[in-house]
Amino acid sequence: MTLSTSSNFTKPDDAFRAIVEAHRGLSEAQSADLDAALVLVLANHIGDIAVLNEAIALAKRRMLDASQQQQQQQQQ
Amino acid sequence: MAEHPVVVVGAGPVGLSLAIDLAQRGQAVVLLDDADRIGEGSRAICFSKRSLEFWDRLGVGQRMVDKGVVWSVGKIFHGDQQLYQFNLLPEEGHKRPAFINLQQFYAEAYLVDRVGEFSVVDLRWRNKVTGLEQRNDHVLLTIETPDGPYRLRAGFVVACDGARSSLRQMVGAEFAGQVFEDQFLIADVRMTAAFPTERWFWFDPPFHAGRSALLHKQPDDIWRIDLQLHPDADPAVEKRPENVRPRIARMLGHDKFDFEWISLYKFQCRRMDKFLHGRVIFAGDAAHQVSPFGARGANSGLEDAENIAWKLDRVLRGTSPEALLESYHTERSAAADENIRESTRSTDFMAPVSQQEARLRRAVLSLAKETEFGKRMVNGGRLSVPSTYDTPLSTADADIWRGGPRPGASMPDAPMAAAANGQSMFLTEAFIGKGARFTLLEFGNGGAVDAPDGVQTIRIGGDDGLVDARGLAGARYDAEPGTAYLLRPDGYVAARFRHPTRQALDAALKRATGLNRGVS
Repeated sequence: MTLSTSSNFTKPDDAFRAIVEAHRGLSEAQSADLDAALVLVLANHIGDIAVLNEAIALAKRRMLDASQQQQQQQQQ
Repeated sequence: MAEHPVVVVGAGPVGLSLAIDLAQRGQAVVLLDDADRIGEGSRAICFSKRSLEFWDRLGVGQRMVDKGVVWSVGKIFHGDQQLYQFNLLPEEGHKRPAFINLQQFYAEAYLVDRVGEFSVVDLRWRNKVTGLEQRNDHVLLTIETPDGPYRLRAGFVVACDGARSSLRQMVGAEFAGQVFEDQFLIADVRMTAAFPTERWFWFDPPFHAGRSALLHKQPDDIWRIDLQLHPDADPAVEKRPENVRPRIARMLGHDKFDFEWISLYKFQCRRMDKFLHGRVIFAGDAAHQVSPFGARGANSGLEDAENIAWKLDRVLRGTSPEALLESYHTERSAAADENIRESTRSTDFMAPVSQQEARLRRAVLSLAKETEFGKRMVNGGRLSVPSTYDTPLSTADADIWRGGPRPGASMPDAPMAAAANGQSMFLTEAFIGKGARFTLLEFGNGGAVDAPDGVQTIRIGGDDGLVDARGLAGARYDAEPGTAYLLRPDGYVAARFRHPTRQALDAALKRATGLNRGVS
């Protein structure tokens, strides 16, 4: 199996909203705790180490892109 | 100067076991140790099923089990709540349990007794190797003794001289790896207690807030206690009995105990790049070091010994080329990597190195209370199991298998009965009965094949074979009539066939003995 990056929710806004609301009213530390637990729960649900590794790679690539963009903006 | 075919340096569990294995195969061994007797302190205490099966082959397994504390259940606690328990040997029909706990000095004493039964093993205490010169076809050792120095010429040297191996320094090998900052305190205490014979591990226990702890039973009413200390704790202060005592009293709920041994340590996980340096072969802690959580130190050293013994024997007899020894490095360095990986993961889980790692661990521990997957992610030590080798000695499967040990895996045990008198026995005992040599394990009624010269045969089923009354051997080996496994002298599978031909067996044997060079 490979990581699916097509849109899988019929209502993507509902999914995004559910995660946002879960974090409402939490401190930074509480949010981080929530995310940690959520990542583990979802990783187990996926249950496929290759997919998990792909997901990690995608997330890390995005971080790299974001920091490069930030640098470029600072240079401009 | 007379040449000794094998000199083993270090009379710990690994060196002693290796010397016995070689002696049983007919090799003369000089065994050197710089101490004047076996070591003190409990040190290693958990010996695995695999190690016991090896010691059975050496004729000392029963004595170890008789003295040892048999266990297979572990429990993991978080705070004062039990998160889960595991059984390391949930199925029956094995001669040996998952583990015994036995102080290392008992194991060494029994091995020394056994060594004494072999006139071909020359055990020399207070013999310290101080010099080593590699020559083309031998090694020249310089040895200090209380009576002065002497030199010894060895065909091969096996260095089993521990984590601080002086032979490793003499060959100029690096020993690089990871040092963990957290300190651990080991205390062996004597007390009578009603705790069950299980391995108990705590995260953040009420008696030792924020840290981890381990409790484990040994023979003679001795209990092993392991306490994780803060990285900045002062070893000299922590080690004082007056400081250790109140902490353990809180753990046990009383202070009716005496100290047998207290030691403080930091973990290292590291290994040598190459286990072979010319004619010097490294085994046990000298070659690789792991954290103690998982019982992977002594047990992996014993697996080294059983791996190198039969290979050295064949090379010394001239029945295999020296290149066979390279497979020792291939197989055992991969096993060391696996042990280091497992033990590093356990250590990282017990002592998270960043805030985020600590956060993920907290999440796992809290999820473990209500989810199965969380319980399985809690890592309080993954206990030693034998590695499966990806090795040039194996013949790849050509037939269809739904189970059973694949080539490179160790042989599973199974309960059997002798055909003649119905007396019950185990498959591992039948293997020992054949001398722990290359052995063809055949499941009957499929048309027997003549085993190649020098290969023993164990037949299950048929008119004169062992009786697999409960069908467990058949199930564990995914057997059909005619199925055959070629076992190596260390009890690992070299090849397996649904219907072997003599030609296929010959080829598999050549491959497993390193005689197939230039043959693809």
